[in-house]
Amino acid sequence: MSKNKIPIGPFHPLLEEAEYFELTVDGETVVDIDLEIGWMHRGHEFISEQKSFTQSIYLVERICGICSTSHPLACVHAVEDIDNIDIPLRARYIRTLVGELERIHSHLLWLGLAGHFIGYDTLWMWAWKYREPVLRMCEIVSGNRNHYGIMRVGGVAKDVDTGAIPDLMKNLDMIDSKIVMVANAAKDDPVLKARLKGVGVLSYEDAIAYCATGPTSRASGVPSDIRRDDPTDAYDLVDFDVIVASNGDVYDKLVVRLLETIESTKIIRQCIEKLKTVKGPILNNVKEISPGEGIGRYEAPRGEVFHYMRSDGTNRPIRHKVRAPSYVNIPTYSASCKGISVSDALITLAAVDPCYCCTERSLKIKDIKKNKCSFNLLDLSRSKTKRIRRKFNGNK
Amino acid sequence: MIGKQILYLLVFPGLLFTCVLGLLIGWLDRKVSASFQFRVGPPIFQNFNDIFKLLGKEVILIKDTNITVFALAPIAAFSVMVFLSMSIGLVLFYGLGFGGDIIVMMYLFMFFSVAIIIGGSASGNVLSSLGAGREIKLLLADELAFILICLIPIIKSGYLLGLNEIVIAQSDGAFIGSISGFIGFLVGLLCIQAKMTLPPFHIPEAETELAEGPLMEYSGPLLALWKICQHMMWVIFPFFLIILFFGGFNLVGIGILWAILKYVLIIVLMIIIKNTNPRIQIDTALKFFWRYASPLALIGIILAVLGV
Repeated sequence: MSKNKIPIGPFHPLLEEAEYFELTVDGETVVDIDLEIGWMHRGHEFISEQKSFTQSIYLVERICGICSTSHPLACVHAVEDIDNIDIPLRARYIRTLVGELERIHSHLLWLGLAGHFIGYDTLWMWAWKYREPVLRMCEIVSGNRNHYGIMRVGGVAKDVDTGAIPDLMKNLDMIDSKIVMVANAAKDDPVLKARLKGVGVLSYEDAIAYCATGPTSRASGVPSDIRRDDPTDAYDLVDFDVIVASNGDVYDKLVVRLLETIESTKIIRQCIEKLKTVKGPILNNVKEISPGEGIGRYEAPRGEVFHYMRSDGTNRPIRHKVRAPSYVNIPTYSASCKGISVSDALITLAAVDPCYCCTERSLKIKDIKKNKCSFNLLDLSRSKTKRIRRKFNGNK
Repeated sequence: MIGKQILYLLVFPGLLFTCVLGLLIGWLDRKVSASFQFRVGPPIFQNFNDIFKLLGKEVILIKDTNITVFALAPIAAFSVMVFLSMSIGLVLFYGLGFGGDIIVMMYLFMFFSVAIIIGGSASGNVLSSLGAGREIKLLLADELAFILICLIPIIKSGYLLGLNEIVIAQSDGAFIGSISGFIGFLVGLLCIQAKMTLPPFHIPEAETELAEGPLMEYSGPLLALWKICQHMMWVIFPFFLIILFFGGFNLVGIGILWAILKYVLIIVLMIIIKNTNPRIQIDTALKFFWRYASPLALIGIILAVLGV
């Protein structure tokens, strides 16, 4: 059989977002993969430069619906890095608490989706059922199930009510037992093990060569974790382990994520205990940001998220750069997808927990000599609409 | 006389009865699956609504396809299903054997998969043809084991080939009571799971990989025909297993309750298997059927010959 090309995307049940992969197959074996990103048009960096620092935080929260606190955290870290702003201790614990809650719900979301992708809808529904108390805890802490809007430069916007702590603890106990149950069920399921073990291996060398981050790299034996390597917020005050596995296959990525959720519940427990005793302000009032530049890093559920901000002394950034973890994790497909069957390749595509809307950027290409945009999306779109209208209305 | 035969074919136990029961069982499957997954599940008429909606939609044909083959494949599959439902129903409900025997049934069961392969290949879509290729492999995988387990009741009934005769031979005890019959039933259950392409064997249609595979390009009434066929299989295959291993139905008094119990037992077992397994790879399916299921069925045949 000659070599066939299988298009995955731009709209495909496997991908929730528009993305295009072209698998070159020989029979059912993938021999090559071509990645094509750029099907979504985002303009967050550009919009952020039009807004004030505080408004930017709420804007970057909308970059991704799942890591909706990782981007704001990295963003406030970047602004705080410009002026070395101190954060009150209580605010540090609250930040870590929200960050870890997000990690749990993101990992459970991935577990459910992975179950769906391999045709195991029961696992999908179970994982998402037990994600529900996590979202309830988020609601108790921030008032929202998602998009918490809690990060501010110099602290957090909302305090955790002391009266809510017993309720949080009750939910946490429920999550704890359920997560351990789901994790053990998924880890020890013989059919799941047979399906995922040895599939889509990303070797240690490849993980380093492609600069993979987060659970993708930790499953391949690279012990990188921003929470431990460059601790911010309360991560140097709490006790946790960095989970590392060695095989780099999909099963190890699953195990790493599951064990990480259990570690996260430990961190949350410590944070809530501390919130009972640590009192004080939650927001260090920042009046203005001096000129300079700063970087912010945070270990998002998918890996390191990186924000760069430059300030010229006004109240808005003159440059804001975002690098999402999926941007470095998606190219690892070309190392891990070759030589395996199509059905394996597709679960491998999902195994890095790709978030395409985090990754995508819109480009504006400017001709310096003529000082004119040579590739303006708005103009292109309008001219196309005109063309279509002319075609159907007959030159009106 | 001819009127009666048309009634058999179109109303009971043929087309109408099998369709309605199949769609209801499809609802039961969705409802039980939903309760497995902490969901509410659809209302009872959901499947009927889906089918009627599809029947009213436009058929979209692709320019470059072989339209005749593309359109005839679901019609052929549907007519085979109607014929199968009638002939199995006649044996179960009226005790009437028809001209063909178990060998004909085995051929016709295979024909449905062949129709899917033809229809999927005709559309010319890459994902469809990949799905059709997987269907071929799945057919190769389950067919051997399926034929072997069909031999067990033939041997146990004293080398009789008629379905009706097999039912009569079980009048003093169903074959499932013996070891060989039990093995045959177990392997048969997995085989029909594969023939109906239910999880864990929904490899050709793999929604998240191939986006419904062979059925991808079908729309409107043609897709409705495929869907009706799939629902009719919820009736035809369990009834076939009941004939082979449970001794058919005895529709007098308490026998009606037994008949329902036999049917529901098979359905529930299938739903449990469906909901507790992820989709396996096609080579794993081949390995499973050739390395484990077929030898097991062979052992069943040897035991049947020995009279166990």
